[in-house]
Amino acid sequence: MIEARGLTKRYGDKVAVDSLSFTVQPGRVTGFLGPNGAGKTTTMRMILGLDRPSAGSVTVKGMTFAGLYSAMREVGALLDATAVHGGRSAHAHLLCLAQTNGIPRRRVDEVIGIVGLGDVAGKRSKGFSLGMSQRLGIAAALLGDPDVLMFDEPVNGLDPEGIRWIRLLMRSLAAEGRTVFVSSHLMSEMENTADHLIVIGRGKLIADCPMAEFIADATAQAAVVKTPDGQLLAEAVAAAGGTVERDEAGELTVRGLSAERIGELSLAHGILLRYLAPARVSLEEAFMELTADSVEYQSKMEG
Amino acid sequence: MTTAAVPAVPAVPAAPARTRAVPPAPRRPGLPGTLHSELTKILSVRSTYWTLLAQAVASIGWAVLFCAGTVAHGAGQDFNAAQASLAGQVALGELIIVVLGALVITSEYSTGMIRTSRAVMPRRGVLYAAKAIVFAAVTFTVSLVASFADFFVGQAILASKHLNTTLTQPDVLRAVLLSAAIVTVFGLLAYGTGALIRHTAGAITSLIGVIFLIPLLAQALPTPWFQALQRWLPGGGALSPIASSAPPHSPYLFSAWGEFAVFCGYAVILLTLGAWSFLRRDA
Repeated sequence: MIEARGLTKRYGDKVAVDSLSFTVQPGRVTGFLGPNGAGKTTTMRMILGLDRPSAGSVTVKGMTFAGLYSAMREVGALLDATAVHGGRSAHAHLLCLAQTNGIPRRRVDEVIGIVGLGDVAGKRSKGFSLGMSQRLGIAAALLGDPDVLMFDEPVNGLDPEGIRWIRLLMRSLAAEGRTVFVSSHLMSEMENTADHLIVIGRGKLIADCPMAEFIADATAQAAVVKTPDGQLLAEAVAAAGGTVERDEAGELTVRGLSAERIGELSLAHGILLRYLAPARVSLEEAFMELTADSVEYQSKMEG
Repeated sequence: MTTAAVPAVPAVPAAPARTRAVPPAPRRPGLPGTLHSELTKILSVRSTYWTLLAQAVASIGWAVLFCAGTVAHGAGQDFNAAQASLAGQVALGELIIVVLGALVITSEYSTGMIRTSRAVMPRRGVLYAAKAIVFAAVTFTVSLVASFADFFVGQAILASKHLNTTLTQPDVLRAVLLSAAIVTVFGLLAYGTGALIRHTAGAITSLIGVIFLIPLLAQALPTPWFQALQRWLPGGGALSPIASSAPPHSPYLFSAWGEFAVFCGYAVILLTLGAWSFLRRDA
């Protein structure tokens, strides 16, 4: 379990993380979403004690990171897959990490097997592809068999097979009752992986809710309608507090009302509906809309 | 979008106790494990072997050249057999070891490894101390072997003109041991500087600059000032008594042990500054 309370990080005048409070629960995959520059990595660095919070606190299993009895047995993290000494072999890299916490040597070979780096374990990591480096970083995170795992943008540089592999890995880690906290700036990466979402923008909390609720909220309040009585429907919808848009093909998009409510309205007003369906707002769109105000460096070309 | 919502996938509070792949820590991870880890680190990168090999080759090469030159041209007035063998270890060895001393810590910053190291060993003081201890132990071991090699190779050459000395002569063994120790002390100076500057080239350049420049600049001072200062300078003549079995020729220098203590003092200052930086600054 990870608990942040009023967590804040300032760099001079710039606020990277702005009084964040959230709890990451065990037994599920929690997605940590936000546009680039939203403060995800800074938050994770503070969890690991690499950065000191300017205010507030964050604890892992009720302790500050530095206060944990055996850090590697409690928390495993992949923050930056390239943060290894490239001149060292994968095996030596993992061994020197394991030794700090008195983790037996056989566990090094075990995690090398888990991530599938057996063939290159003796090679210097300098020559590794980004995908191989990610696997090495994941092996390091798994070394202590920890209860809490954090991955910062873990699918960066992975091929589709690698992405599938890491999704399954995260799901199985969570199914074992571990806390799995994984960041991404892409909504689509989370769709099949996360059970719960924490969304931030410009360092502030935007949403903290189950995945299903996030999806439901995004799609509930819009519907596509086809009807010969467009004018009548528009009036009925407006009276009920919704808005209607007509596209060139004559399809109506109703916003602010659920499909069920529109069905009830049309029955009450005797309006014939030829088609009624909840609008398919993609998660990507919902996420973009939610974080639109908080994208830090919006492209000037847009618009 | 509320925090109080029921999770879609319920948490698993009653998850069956999973089997542990790693035995629990018998005691809180600290210096012993981190020393082990740092030993693995220093022995698993090529730069360690290259710098230590370079140091050994340079110091033995110097001993051969210097002693052969003495045999060919005859011994001068200030000739000291131990110094003929060991001066290269002190003069060249220190410069080469500075590279390794800095690299041990700056390479962690340049590669980003420091973040991984700190995430597995959050006790920063333990990490800093373990690195310094392992580096010093490895360097002293290799330097000691090199110093003895310098000595025996040099004396074998000097023996042809019966200019050689032996380890049983007064202060000869001390010269051999201190020449290895002073190389280690210079390495630790570089380690402290590396922790302070966090940049390989920057740390090496500034340290070598200080070792060369300050004694050079001091020579521009009025002679009495320079004489009063010489024994405290971080390089130059102050190093010369260390490799010699004879007392210093200059009355303005401390004895070998005295000068060695001066350099240890500098190392303590830089190691302390480095520790302060390592503990305080985020990485």
